[in-house]
Amino acid sequence: MTTSFADVASSNVALRTFLHGLPGVDRVGADQRAAMLGTRSIKTTAKAEAIDLAIRMVDLTTLEGADTPGKVRAMCAKAVHPDPADPAVPKVAAVCVYPDLVAQAVGALAGSGVKVASVATAFPSGRSSLDVKVADTRLAVEAGADEIDMVIDRGAFLSGDYVKVFEEITAIKEACGEAHLKVILETGELATYDNVRRASWLAMLAGGDFIKTSTGKVQPAATFPVTMVMLEAVRDFLAATGRAVGVKPAGGIRTTKDAIKMLVLVNEVAGDRWLAPDLFRLGASSVLNDLLMQRQKMATGRYAGPDYFTLD
Amino acid sequence: MFEYAPAPESRDVVDIKPSYGLFIGGEFTDGTGTSFKTVNPASEEVLSEVASASADDVDRAVRAAREAFGTWSAMPGSERAKYLFRIARIIQERSRELAVLESLDNGKPIRESRDVDLPLVAAHFFYYAGWADKLPYAGYGPSPRPLGVAGQVIPWNFPLLMLAWKIAPALACGNTVVLKPAETTPLTALLFAEICRQADLPPGVVNIVTGAGETGAALVNHPDVDKVAFTGSTEVGRLIARSVAGTHKKVTLELGGKAANIVFDDAALDQAVEGIVNGIFFNQGHVCCAGSRLLVQESIAEELLEALKRRLSTLRLGDPLDKNTDIGAINSAAQLAKIRELSDHGELEGAERWSPACALPERGFWFPPTIFTGVAQSHRIAREEVFGPVLSVLTFRTPAEAVEKANNTPYGLSAGVWTEKGSRILWMADRLRAGVVWANTFNRFDPTSPFGGYKESGYGREGGRHGLEAYLDV
Repeated sequence: MTTSFADVASSNVALRTFLHGLPGVDRVGADQRAAMLGTRSIKTTAKAEAIDLAIRMVDLTTLEGADTPGKVRAMCAKAVHPDPADPAVPKVAAVCVYPDLVAQAVGALAGSGVKVASVATAFPSGRSSLDVKVADTRLAVEAGADEIDMVIDRGAFLSGDYVKVFEEITAIKEACGEAHLKVILETGELATYDNVRRASWLAMLAGGDFIKTSTGKVQPAATFPVTMVMLEAVRDFLAATGRAVGVKPAGGIRTTKDAIKMLVLVNEVAGDRWLAPDLFRLGASSVLNDLLMQRQKMATGRYAGPDYFTLD
Repeated sequence: MFEYAPAPESRDVVDIKPSYGLFIGGEFTDGTGTSFKTVNPASEEVLSEVASASADDVDRAVRAAREAFGTWSAMPGSERAKYLFRIARIIQERSRELAVLESLDNGKPIRESRDVDLPLVAAHFFYYAGWADKLPYAGYGPSPRPLGVAGQVIPWNFPLLMLAWKIAPALACGNTVVLKPAETTPLTALLFAEICRQADLPPGVVNIVTGAGETGAALVNHPDVDKVAFTGSTEVGRLIARSVAGTHKKVTLELGGKAANIVFDDAALDQAVEGIVNGIFFNQGHVCCAGSRLLVQESIAEELLEALKRRLSTLRLGDPLDKNTDIGAINSAAQLAKIRELSDHGELEGAERWSPACALPERGFWFPPTIFTGVAQSHRIAREEVFGPVLSVLTFRTPAEAVEKANNTPYGLSAGVWTEKGSRILWMADRLRAGVVWANTFNRFDPTSPFGGYKESGYGREGGRHGLEAYLDV
């Protein structure tokens, strides 16, 4: 069954009617379900496969005021060879940097297959004019970014100006050209699961290729229930429109255990199709070394100390 | 693509003896009845041989309980509380062992015995331990007295939890007990007997007699029993009510159910689906308060059923000891036959049967999660308790029709209401004739909350302050 949503965004009234007509999310029930899925026990061969898949899904990220070309080059080297001692370790999916450092990343990753993602649109607050946001996006795209991670205007969303949020996303999508657009909802500021579901649909209706939980600058970031609500949204959106949108939890995923729990959520909520880097990403940095440590432990039976894994 | 590797919980934590006796007067003794075997329903492997209590054995147990009653009831409540707190703590410490044993003997998934049964069992003992020295403040007079010896007969669906529901309030109030576990699931009760010894509980306060229906009948009919507490089928409940009529015995009965789980068109859909699954497939549907009738508002019936079927396809059926199993084994061959008979009848009556693609293990007793759509109120599967993983789906148009259909059953144990509208929840709860009405959740239990039935679902309440009344002379 596919439905046309052409008229949904014609006015704030229409958009509000649609978004508020989506089924609600009961917080207690959603938390319970996410917690239950968190008890899945992933061991032996399943764990080994999950670790490799998780590594392939990582968007290795540095988004600091102190970022330099040197820091970005070092991170790119790690993205291509996460474990220099073991060439069997897969590459990560992408690196994620600020727009002004995209060129450095593109240079460092040329021919590696690792994508370059850039945050844009006055990240992380999104507090600027549309013109500035579009220019920010163009800057990153022209420097060679494959993917743009934009932030939505949470102020507009919370004040009920859904059309403004919608139109910003469509404008950025246009500025992206060939680049894939990830729409950051900043769920920690949206506060309710109902809002997370509505913002997810809004971003998908406006043409986002991915919906992403957080900037990493606001707590709470990528919680399991929030990720689950977003996975439900992409699953339902595919059923309604035939278009598969990706999901990227970002921020707060630090351990292999957390990464595997995310994969369990994907598996049991959205399904098989999302168990691939083109539709699911993990926005993180520190989780990569934990994945590498667990991977080595599974292969050799021993834990090596943290000094045996590179810090880039 | 993402296949979970087997993740079995270790069996090594439990030490099952080749045979078990009766627990009478603080000692394990032989029974004089013909002993019987208890099997693992997931594999049909014989786990152990268990003594069967004859009428003489039951008499010995009741005499032991009577003898212990004097000191136990005279003991200050704060002292009785110490024993109950100690039992609760030991249950927590040995919870892994108890959970594994429960899953082996009953067939329920370890995830449930570990995360639901055992925490609730410990919580129940903690809760009633707290009441033991506060009985004068429970609202039953300044110095409420215990009844005496309680004869308690429990079912096989939650062997240890039902034991806790029976024993904890009885002991807190100063009664002594003779408890008969179900014949297919005696092992955790016998391990509990060991825990009573570990806790130095005075001999005779708790006695466990194993056996089948005759043992239960001997217990219920024993003239020196002051209180009969039974959880089980309505059929047996009737027999018990008849046999104690005209005696001094106080009775509480917690019997069958055919609960309606009512989903309105404004419900939180994903959570409603979870609630439906939890309502009927939790513990393989072997739950007296299971939400076995789904009443869904017609305007969202199609959408909801689609979501429900998709969700059922992710349920993992198999080895109860695997930590990722959602649906375990049917408890016995007899129960499996009953579920099959009623399900086959559902098809004959014209309802449409659906199960997800799901391979059943070759050995053991298994039944796939099953949905019947197009069910009418007049169908047997909409009226009789299946006590298995079988859901009947009916539709309604208005809140009044939902209430009418929900109440149109001889049972009245529980009901569920799913809506985002708070006022409608209250409106429904006022009108549903069921002991428990869950709002936007299902099968949630708490020792502080009373539980019990309307109509043929029984009488008396267990749990909470109300649960004390059944064990006090009020």
